Amino acid sequence: MSVTPIRLQTDAYSSFVNYQLDNSYDEMFEAPGVPRAHYRTLHKTLMGMAPEELRRTQQAADLTFLHEGITFTVYGNKEGTERIFPNDLVPRIIPAGEWAKIEKGLTQRITALNIFLKDIYHQGQILSDGVVPRELIYSCRHFRREMRELQVPRDVYVSVCGTDLVRLPGSEFAVLEDNLRVPSGVSYMLANRKVLKRVFPTLFRDYNVCPVDHYPQALLATLRSLAPANWPTQQDAATVLLTPGVANSAYFEHTFLAQQMGIELVEGRDLLVHDNVVYMRTTAGLRRVDVIYRRVDDDFMDPLCFRPDSTLGVPGLFNAYRAGNVTLANAIGTGVADDKAVYAYVPAIIKYYLAEDAILPNVPTYLLNDASSRAMVLEKLDEMVVKAVGESGGYGMLIGPHSTAAQREEFRQRVLADPRNYIAQPTLALSRAPCLIGDDVESRHIDLRPYILFGEKVTLVPGGLTRVALPKGSLVVNSSQGGGSKDTWVLRAEQTREPGITQKSAADLEEAAADAQALDRARRPEGKLRQ
Amino acid sequence: MLSRVADNLYWMSRYLERAEHTARLVDVELELWLDQAQRAGAERWRFLLAALQTAPPGEGPVSAASLVETLVFNRTRPSSLVSCIAAARENLRHVREQCSSEMWEQLNRLYLSVMDKQADESRHLKSHAFLRGVRDGAHLFQGITDGTMSHGEGWQYIQLGRYVERTETLASLIGAHFERLPHKSDEAVETAEYLEWIGLLKACGAFESYCKAYTAEIRPMQVAEFLILNSDFPHSVRFSVDRVESALKTIANLTERKAGMPARIAGRLRAQLSFSQIDEILAAGAPLYLRSISRECVQLHAAIHQIYFDYPVESELAS
Repeated sequence: MSVTPIRLQTDAYSSFVNYQLDNSYDEMFEAPGVPRAHYRTLHKTLMGMAPEELRRTQQAADLTFLHEGITFTVYGNKEGTERIFPNDLVPRIIPAGEWAKIEKGLTQRITALNIFLKDIYHQGQILSDGVVPRELIYSCRHFRREMRELQVPRDVYVSVCGTDLVRLPGSEFAVLEDNLRVPSGVSYMLANRKVLKRVFPTLFRDYNVCPVDHYPQALLATLRSLAPANWPTQQDAATVLLTPGVANSAYFEHTFLAQQMGIELVEGRDLLVHDNVVYMRTTAGLRRVDVIYRRVDDDFMDPLCFRPDSTLGVPGLFNAYRAGNVTLANAIGTGVADDKAVYAYVPAIIKYYLAEDAILPNVPTYLLNDASSRAMVLEKLDEMVVKAVGESGGYGMLIGPHSTAAQREEFRQRVLADPRNYIAQPTLALSRAPCLIGDDVESRHIDLRPYILFGEKVTLVPGGLTRVALPKGSLVVNSSQGGGSKDTWVLRAEQTREPGITQKSAADLEEAAADAQALDRARRPEGKLRQ
Repeated sequence: MLSRVADNLYWMSRYLERAEHTARLVDVELELWLDQAQRAGAERWRFLLAALQTAPPGEGPVSAASLVETLVFNRTRPSSLVSCIAAARENLRHVREQCSSEMWEQLNRLYLSVMDKQADESRHLKSHAFLRGVRDGAHLFQGITDGTMSHGEGWQYIQLGRYVERTETLASLIGAHFERLPHKSDEAVETAEYLEWIGLLKACGAFESYCKAYTAEIRPMQVAEFLILNSDFPHSVRFSVDRVESALKTIANLTERKAGMPARIAGRLRAQLSFSQIDEILAAGAPLYLRSISRECVQLHAAIHQIYFDYPVESELAS
């Protein structure tokens, strides 16, 4: 990858002086010094801010995160505990037209995947017709035989989905992977938005950005719409969020979402099953539970059914599920559809069920179970990205161009030992976006994780989490591996004119920030009563 | 609310109250120790252990330093002051979303400062400042709680834990004191004992209020009356029982459950305290009276768990 530092302004010091362009798509610049139309105003604003101002603004944003305790846990780190989630305050901007296509593509994808899941847990037509190899499904660790013939409400297996998108050098978006089990990160999306509103209020208003704050309401409505069949009305459905507890890396998100939705945050030990009905233990007695938004892995959900050593789940929960007395969102067994080997077949899956071509393409993927693909990939390990099919969080991954010979050899052995468990993709030039690094604005690789809700209808929150690979040149965006995030601004469709130039003095910015804060406070929803 | 959450709030509150009480008591004791002859040391030890209802440590010299070490800084003893603070913080950590962020910050700050000082080599030289800091930290937490937390069911469990613990610790402290210095009638105190009675009042933070009510003349009967039967002073047994009963009533309303066993015990205790006369109590023997109150508290605690936290599932399902 050739990297040419290009000076973007010849006179006066510019924060963009160290900004580098290369062969990956740059979100902000279409040519050296020439920002894309929708980035012009942001560019002018950043250029108009002195480095100390930029740094101060970033510090103010960091402080907000610190005070609110917006943290996550990093596994495998020596300190091994809570870290403040790194955020970058330069927003990533997506014009309305591009978002419309993303929305259509993702809706198509999740619709097809839900039909797929129903099929493979019932008739298995797609397998009989040879479109997807049967052994691929049955050899998948996340295929749960217990789910065969089980009816789920509205046939919705995946109600909360986080699909990772990347933008390729040709400017089109492609799907990197789906996350259909327990996708996380949405609380950071909401937190980023809150902070950006405080930091760039005028810019925000001028740009006419689509709001995201309705996510908790949308999620609650989606969950309620999946209430089990034998319950009178959706409004009465008792919904809870099942968390593994304080030790879990995403615990902050669990408490945040439960609070925002006004539902009870429960652990396995608060629940019990009697006569195939799920109850929670409250001070006012036992209360029936109808819908569980579960953030616990399949394996740990029910010690009578899955891992017997699990203390995070509820004994008998699966029986209640089978009896149709409780809804689990997402359903058990969805991991078979986000297996990275099955991912390669998704365009075929979409074609099979919807008779449409995939609107959002896949990234070229080689299944290492296949002998010829395997031979080819092992030849070129230094150019490929090899991933274990069932992992997430950036673990179990080899990035060829950034690896040592020893690492490549180790991976070679792993692949040969268990080829079904690995896939390979060519190293992608992920798109880059401006990030505040120290005093300067530099470019870093990013991806995009929009969140799709599938209940009575499909709801997509405009934007999502843009994840940033913070170390220079890195391609790994996961928070657990040192990545950070940005706010994502999807512009409203009616935006036709160029937003006004917003070069303001520090005092004006402060005043605008105070106004925005007051507005924010006024808009905050009323405190919700616990159920 | 979830039983587990209510349980955590109740225990957090009990631990914090105990830590505050220990801080005040040890601080007073250290001062009194300075005025004592050496041989009185073992006796003081016995008194303190009885007052705090805590097990004696192993062998070792009986001194002010060892007293502080055992009761305050020993991390391996679950009833020591630092262990109580750590337990309070841990309980709150598990239900962090129930409290305001200011509450968490304050308790966490107190915990971190206590842990820091506990590791200090010269900690026994700075006992007074440390104990004062713990009391201030606990007070601050309670003020923040009252000011930033909704006075709903969760807050009521915090009050319940606090005042159940206070009833028990006051009963055992006053009882242990009267065991050591028995007085059955209203005679005045000898000079030698004068400081001990003031010490008792100070350990309850009651000296100045007592003086307002009775003047500075220390009479055992009046001290007993103030600390056991006074309904206005926050560190009296009567006051604490009143608060316990009121919290239980509110919780019963909020959970729409019949008041049941806890309310009966609390009601009985309050009636007993409202209608007792101090001369009767002293004639029968204050320690005896207070021990029965302690026993009632233990039963009350068990009943609260039985009804609200650990109720057997079968009884619930039958209804």
